[in-house]
Amino acid sequence: MPAVQETVDRVRQIDVDQYRYGFETDIESDKAPKGLSEDTVRFISAKKNEPAWMLEWRLEAYRRWLTMREPEWARVHYPKIDYQDYYYYSAPKRKELASLDEVDPEILRTYEKLGIPLREQEMLAGVVKQRPVNDDGEEGEAVPERRIAVDAVFDSVSVATTFQKELKQAGVIFMPISEAIREHPDLVKKYLGTVVPTSDNFFATLNSAVFSDGSFVYVPPGVRCPMELSTYFRINERNTGQFERTLIIADKGSYVSYLEGCTAPQRDENQLHAAVVELVTHDDAEIKYSTVQNWYPGNSEGKGGIYNFVTKRGDCRGHNSKISWTQVETGSAITWKYPSCILRGDNSRGEFYSIAISNGYQQVDSGTKMIHLGKNTTSRIISKGIAAGVSQNTYRGLVTAHRKATNARNFTACDSLLIGDKCGAHTVPYIEAKNSSALFEHEATTSKISEDMLFYCVQRGLSQEEAVALVVNGFVKDVLQQLPMEFAVEAQKLISISLEGSVG
Amino acid sequence: MNVALAKTDTKTDTSRALGEAFANVRERLPGTGAVAEARQRALEAFERQGLPHRRVEDWKYTDLRTAMREVLPLAAAPDEAAASRAAAILKSAAVKGARQLVLVDGVYAPQLSNLGKLEKGLAVRTLRDALETGGEAVRNQLLPPKQSADPMVALNTAMMTDGVVIEISEGAELAQAIQIIHIASGASPAAMFTRSLLRVGNKAKVTLIESFVAAEGAKSYQAHDALVVSVGSHARLDHVRLMEDARDAFNISTAFVTVGAHAHFNTFNLTAGGQLSRYQAFVTFGGEHARVETNGVNLLNGTQHGDTTLFLDHAVPNGASREVFRAVLDDRGHSVFQGRIIVRPDAQKTDAKMMTRALLLSDEAEADNKPELEIFADDVTCGHGATTGALDQSLLFYLRARGLPEKEAQALLIEAFVGEAIESIVDDDLRDIAVGAARRWLAARG
Repeated sequence: MPAVQETVDRVRQIDVDQYRYGFETDIESDKAPKGLSEDTVRFISAKKNEPAWMLEWRLEAYRRWLTMREPEWARVHYPKIDYQDYYYYSAPKRKELASLDEVDPEILRTYEKLGIPLREQEMLAGVVKQRPVNDDGEEGEAVPERRIAVDAVFDSVSVATTFQKELKQAGVIFMPISEAIREHPDLVKKYLGTVVPTSDNFFATLNSAVFSDGSFVYVPPGVRCPMELSTYFRINERNTGQFERTLIIADKGSYVSYLEGCTAPQRDENQLHAAVVELVTHDDAEIKYSTVQNWYPGNSEGKGGIYNFVTKRGDCRGHNSKISWTQVETGSAITWKYPSCILRGDNSRGEFYSIAISNGYQQVDSGTKMIHLGKNTTSRIISKGIAAGVSQNTYRGLVTAHRKATNARNFTACDSLLIGDKCGAHTVPYIEAKNSSALFEHEATTSKISEDMLFYCVQRGLSQEEAVALVVNGFVKDVLQQLPMEFAVEAQKLISISLEGSVG
Repeated sequence: MNVALAKTDTKTDTSRALGEAFANVRERLPGTGAVAEARQRALEAFERQGLPHRRVEDWKYTDLRTAMREVLPLAAAPDEAAASRAAAILKSAAVKGARQLVLVDGVYAPQLSNLGKLEKGLAVRTLRDALETGGEAVRNQLLPPKQSADPMVALNTAMMTDGVVIEISEGAELAQAIQIIHIASGASPAAMFTRSLLRVGNKAKVTLIESFVAAEGAKSYQAHDALVVSVGSHARLDHVRLMEDARDAFNISTAFVTVGAHAHFNTFNLTAGGQLSRYQAFVTFGGEHARVETNGVNLLNGTQHGDTTLFLDHAVPNGASREVFRAVLDDRGHSVFQGRIIVRPDAQKTDAKMMTRALLLSDEAEADNKPELEIFADDVTCGHGATTGALDQSLLFYLRARGLPEKEAQALLIEAFVGEAIESIVDDDLRDIAVGAARRWLAARG
């Protein structure tokens, strides 16, 4: 359909480069020499004051990485990455902070600008400010007051972790993983690399060698974590790779909800992000992991943007345990990400809810793996892919039931929506059943926004873009409902931003 | 480093052995000049890749490097004894009323075939004849350049010995179906390489049946077949393929089909035989408003491995396709279904649907499904569905309660399950043939 003048004007105003978080923080930082070698690995380990066993672990991963090849099976195309052209460690100067007051004010300002309050008192005030405001400036429904503990990771290090005291009272350990290695070596040793082994895949192995920081969470038996935990990742420095590692353990009968957000400045060159996330749930425990991924996607000509190669995996080790992944993917030039669940314990459950939106020259190859090993395990996959501009959006998912996975159940629905005729939406499911009592259902559809629906909305006075946003929001409703309230609001805004300029 | 990956850069053991074998049998392979050059190129392409393995995405579930290991030497031309063994099995394999074209051990057998009184508009000759004396037009159809991407197709191109070339001229509507019967009769393990061509002229109409069977005593052979089909505009082709090879045989077959504007192509494949089989069909929409129905059934038990892979390429707008696939697996049977629908950037108004279902009768059986959508156009309706599960216990109970023995009740439910794919065969006679083949499998299951 031809674009109405209003749409054209608006698109011209915003252009495709409407990334709101593209600013850069001018701050002195402490960097490892460029490139990757055993020395780099030793440098990072030394910077972190790590025990010898950790250095050995890293070096072993590094040596293995040298023998591995970059995977090529994903439907993403990018020029060959020169791994020697990156900085593998970058930290804002000034060290050993006793309190938040000592954090560089530049960094605090950065997080303020991003809407992530790091001061606990501000945190409370921030909630009130977070009321959704619509175009006319009217305030929407107030968001219920809730507290979130934040771990802020700036380039390679964690700069602040809030609500430490209160969490400690509940027995919950929430700290940067670099500290956890020093303070809780037994827990780290017991769990690190047990879900994603150092030899798992090219990017995970690279991460194992050079990971610099990330969050560590341990929820003791029977504890329901008193607040949402959250990590906010920010890549700031030029040419750096961010390699964070998150490890969350929910012991017997515990529950934790964890949120993750990320942004990066606008730059012409591509930056590398290869994270590893490991989740472990014991008997009757539950982890809910939500991500809003909004790395810089590159400009309208496809220049710049983050290469996002992430290995996320949860291990439902105990009976009746549950892991739920929710992700809203709008950023990154390249996304290569498959949050998975290993359903090892009997009656365990895995869930995956995803919205992946690609615009401009973005390429997304994302999905999940549900590996049914235990009896009566169930899983559910709801994936919504939206492609606009000249982007390519692929869902790739594996559902497998092993010989002993009696009564395994899976339901998968993956839908794709195409906006414009230059983008592509692809669905690549792998469904493997090795047990006769396993019951798998899979359905996928691809369509464009129905003209009837748009017409109906426009008829009733909505603008073309509002109509698209309405239809899209309806399309992704199933997934948004799974997000914690604060994120749902942010995600809804993100969706309307990503789709601006795609109609007409 | 991964060994298999490292190997792809150099010649594999298999392909090196094949290179020598190729040199030895070269004289027996028809065609000189351009044909011989195409063979050489294809052989080199195969040698570069070797047998496909699990790291080759399209062959992920059918690793020929571990399952097949090697390409057997070319089968000897059938002697009289072989012909008489073939004649014995031909009686049961021949479809009544159809015109039989018989290939024994990969060589056309005129004495077993029925080429008398060709209808007007029908022309048949052997592949050997077409490659040796046929014009450039036929050669180009038999050797399209893009086919060599798949190593097993390249192998077929290098080694093809015989087959049939069927041409139906414009407007001809054949009343009699054509049946190509592949019979393996060799008493020693060997490989056959066949390729056939079917050209259906504009507005023509024809029914093609392909059968793969083994004569008494045929031993662990390999059947490598390819079928190249072009369906003209406003033409209609009904196609049924029945693979009932010996239980220790390998069957690797490829079909290339191009469908013209307003044409209608209805195809059904049944895989019930063989130790390991792969049937890959590449269907391309060459003209607008064409309609394609591809249906298939894998019936496997013992340690059989059956792979059905379909590529539907909606290259032009306004095409419609339907795929219905069913797998029934018993014992340690392993079924693979890969269905890829590609909608090219300009193929607006495409309507594509695919449904695959697997029924597991045993805890040791395995069903792998990979239904793919690859879509580059926005005004399309595409969907796929996949389910895997066991027989519905409540249905079984219902039938048992009405006095049916367990096996019989199961057979009834399985037949109904498979029937969903068979029903979509348009032609009544063909449907009966497919039902017959399915019943043979059920009866053998006991």
